[in-house]
Amino acid sequence: MAVVAQVPTRLGAIRAIPRRFVVAGILALWLLIFAVFRGHQTLALAAADLTGLHRWFNDVNDSIGADRNSNPLFLYFFNEIRLVIDNLVTFIQSLISQPSSGRGVPQIGWLGVVGIVGYLSWALGNVRVALLAMAGFTFFGLQGLWQESMDTLALTLSAVFVSLLIGIPLGVWAGMSDRANRIMTPFLDFMQTMPTFVYLAPLTLFFLIGPASATIATLIYAAPPAIRITAHAIRSVPATTVEAAYSLGSTRRQTLTKVLLPMSKRTVVMGINQTIMAALAMVTIAALIDAPGLGKTVVKALQSLDVGTAFNAGLAIVVMAIVLDRVTTAASERSATGVPSAEGRGRAPGRLGGPFVKWRRHLLVAGGVVAAVLVYLSHTYVWAAEFPGEGSTGSTIASAADTVTTWAQDHLSGMTNALRDAVTNGLLNPFQSLLTDSPWWLVGAVLVAVGAVLGGRRAGVTAGVCVALLVGTGMWSDSMTTLASTAVATVLVMALGVVVGVWMGRSPMADRLIRPTLDAAQVMPPFVYLVPFLALFGATRFTAIVAAVVYAAPVTMKIIADGVRAVPETTVEAAAAAGSNTWQIITKVQLPMSRSALALAVNQGLIYVLSMVVVGGLVGAGALGYDVVAGFSQGELYGKGLAAGLAIVLLGVMFDGITQAAARRTTAVNGRRH
Amino acid sequence: MIPAQTEVSRRRDRSQDPDQDRTPVISVRGLWKVFGPKAEKVPQSEELCGLSRRELMDRAGCTAAVRDVSFDVSPGEVFVVMGLSGSGKSTLVRCLTRLIEPTAGQVVFEGEDIRDADPKRLRELRRHKFSMVFQHFGLLPHRCVVDNVAYGLEIRGMGKAQRTKRALEVVELVGLSGYENSYPDQLSGGMQQRVGLARALAGDPDVLLFDEPFSALDPMIRRDMQNEVIRLHHEVGKTMVFVTHDLSEALKLGDRILIMRDGKTVQCGTGDELVGAPADDYVRDFVKDVPRADVLTLRWIMRPAGPDDDLGGPEFGPDVVVRDATRAVFDAVKPVKVVENGKLLGVVGDEEILAVIAGVEGGA
Repeated sequence: MAVVAQVPTRLGAIRAIPRRFVVAGILALWLLIFAVFRGHQTLALAAADLTGLHRWFNDVNDSIGADRNSNPLFLYFFNEIRLVIDNLVTFIQSLISQPSSGRGVPQIGWLGVVGIVGYLSWALGNVRVALLAMAGFTFFGLQGLWQESMDTLALTLSAVFVSLLIGIPLGVWAGMSDRANRIMTPFLDFMQTMPTFVYLAPLTLFFLIGPASATIATLIYAAPPAIRITAHAIRSVPATTVEAAYSLGSTRRQTLTKVLLPMSKRTVVMGINQTIMAALAMVTIAALIDAPGLGKTVVKALQSLDVGTAFNAGLAIVVMAIVLDRVTTAASERSATGVPSAEGRGRAPGRLGGPFVKWRRHLLVAGGVVAAVLVYLSHTYVWAAEFPGEGSTGSTIASAADTVTTWAQDHLSGMTNALRDAVTNGLLNPFQSLLTDSPWWLVGAVLVAVGAVLGGRRAGVTAGVCVALLVGTGMWSDSMTTLASTAVATVLVMALGVVVGVWMGRSPMADRLIRPTLDAAQVMPPFVYLVPFLALFGATRFTAIVAAVVYAAPVTMKIIADGVRAVPETTVEAAAAAGSNTWQIITKVQLPMSRSALALAVNQGLIYVLSMVVVGGLVGAGALGYDVVAGFSQGELYGKGLAAGLAIVLLGVMFDGITQAAARRTTAVNGRRH
Repeated sequence: MIPAQTEVSRRRDRSQDPDQDRTPVISVRGLWKVFGPKAEKVPQSEELCGLSRRELMDRAGCTAAVRDVSFDVSPGEVFVVMGLSGSGKSTLVRCLTRLIEPTAGQVVFEGEDIRDADPKRLRELRRHKFSMVFQHFGLLPHRCVVDNVAYGLEIRGMGKAQRTKRALEVVELVGLSGYENSYPDQLSGGMQQRVGLARALAGDPDVLLFDEPFSALDPMIRRDMQNEVIRLHHEVGKTMVFVTHDLSEALKLGDRILIMRDGKTVQCGTGDELVGAPADDYVRDFVKDVPRADVLTLRWIMRPAGPDDDLGGPEFGPDVVVRDATRAVFDAVKPVKVVENGKLLGVVGDEEILAVIAGVEGGA
């Protein structure tokens, strides 16, 4: 969109105008034909209607359900995987969250968990994060969400454990072998491009609903960052160092263990951080397929529009995200400073005093003993096992949130409703009706043509295939509704992203102030965004759009800021020396030179927005998101939900293809010009 | 020494053919390295061999980094490979230990063709016979100086006490005493390269390979390090193959210099041969700015004694550098005689000296 909207500069005009004219022409033609054929061949499908494909999916689901224990593929493969994962999850759950064999309480009670968490945070990180972690975990108990939090933690930990077990070796392999890297990269791309909710439905087909398939879904989402970052870490070890190691006669194994792994340790720990955050986000979303924990509480509350309860549980998710992020970040910082000698580095920044370092080992042993005592107490005594109190803080928070919501709805509704209606009526509705009321072949042709013009022939072909398959899913009309919301959200994301990104890119001060907030926002599981907007705007399409915008904005802002920052200082200086004013520098130098960053930002913005579609379905976004959610909960709509999930993937693949091709083009153009 | 003076290697091996007295340590024959699809086809095809770099890229999609290079390195010699960036010199030196796999040709080391070595034998050679010093050091940032130096010994399986002892000796040899427990990023570039040098020396190899080791260093540090290499060469007497793009470095360190361009050998000879008898315009252009008086010897500027010459002047050997003879030639009333083994080779008078010092072309 941004590419289309850009005013052609005079220099670029000779080459650029034709493409823009073509796009504008296509759009004009669309409007013209739309006026004639409006409302014909729209392929609309009522909420309860099913197509043959959907029924067939239902049948497949039923037959797999019936064959689950006789089909050898299930008997010896899927069921085995499920069994192993299930045992792992059940084991961790029996340790910290669920009553275990013959006991009314888990093996380790709240006091023990708080003790272990504090001790580990201190040993791996520092005292500050240890205090934060202990406070955070105690807070879960006060909220009355201890068991839910521990379920979420148990699922997250098992998913992270398996992710790393698979991800780190694969990452090392991809890091060392070009061929392995070439094979893995497209898979990883696909896994990460695909909106997260989409594989939930097929997974339930193979692994049933419940903790095991939730863990596997989480695994699919959380393992790619671990693989990628490990491979990246291995690859970014300087080639000279590896060459030097080989030149001295190191074997492959020696090079790996003595050079590559030690030198990539720090980055790998950062990868563990990302894996944990991804896992936490996914575990909460996996509530849609009946994963226990905080996510389930939020989903239930959202479905009954109980803002207070949703806010309370959402707050617990945020606290857990903050604790896990801080602790692992501190751990990666320690692993970085821990490498050189204690006297060389540890002393310099005054982080830990000398005597403290000397005593650290003894203190660690003492702390371990204390933690063990706490675990023992919590195993033995009920007061240390079950969190005392009724979780009254939680109900206070919930009712406070309710009060604020009521107040906001009473007092701000004029403003929020005006905003909502302005966007809905001014932007969303016309666009949506243009998309949904046009004949399918017209929109399809427009998509293919725009794809071909912006992204080249291959993007056009991709768009064509995706359009055909979209029609095949029987979800065309709903896809168009979702597409309208997605497009509006992406436009808003880009507008926000350009404004804030340029500001951050130009002012280091702004960057320093804003970036930590963005980092924190990216850590939050996407559910959490919905709650405050639900309170402000009620259950509408607009709420879902705002949540998607807030979810997608940080990443686009960062990409654009980095792009603007990467414009060579001398070029900016030269423009300033030529007498350009600030506006001219931004529009004529900095933005055109960060074209490829802008294209990448559009790509990422779209993908992020699209991945919020299902979450939006929970709060009235309707269309594909609603179909997916309904498919999870109602057996007869299962097939339709699956088809809707597929449609989201197709939209994602199509836009990813077009925007990436467009991004490559702009990069190529930039490359030629300089 | 006057700063402006170009220093020249003092150890001169005048023999045109090193096979005369000693068998070479390394003998390279017809070495090729071609990058690209079906690279092995290129050296076999006479047609493709003849193509220029650009044509080869267009025709076969290949880049020939090293083309049919042959040379010998004598024991104890400092052999310099010189060329501009992209001339293939770094590829060439990597082919010697197969860090880059050669496409065709022979690399014979002490009678054994290295290209025939299996991975185990190759590791043996790398652990005991060759060591390399890299332009960007290639140190392990997570290990202190001693452990970096001991790395090569460690992977051979040497015990900790023994390898630390050896590493400390070498650290002292390269003048890094007191920094044994520092980490690479706490050292300056020059000191880091000393660590690289120490690491190469620790395994007591027969041959040291240097890949532009001082290019990343400041000029002053570079000079220190060059002197360090000269000192070490005197002390340990290793055979060295030294890659550089810096002519003055090549002249200062090299007994013989091989000039490469586009992967091919342009000329191979001693410094005064390159300056005195450049093989083509490329070399001539290269050595144009060298102060000729510092490099050329009397052999290159003498004229045959004519009947008019008064042969009563002082005598000099033919390998005396012009600069060192200038004073004597000017002081003498009669031309200086150039004598080798009692035989009169020619005479040098004021005009010859002046022609060199004034930089007149064709002074040879």
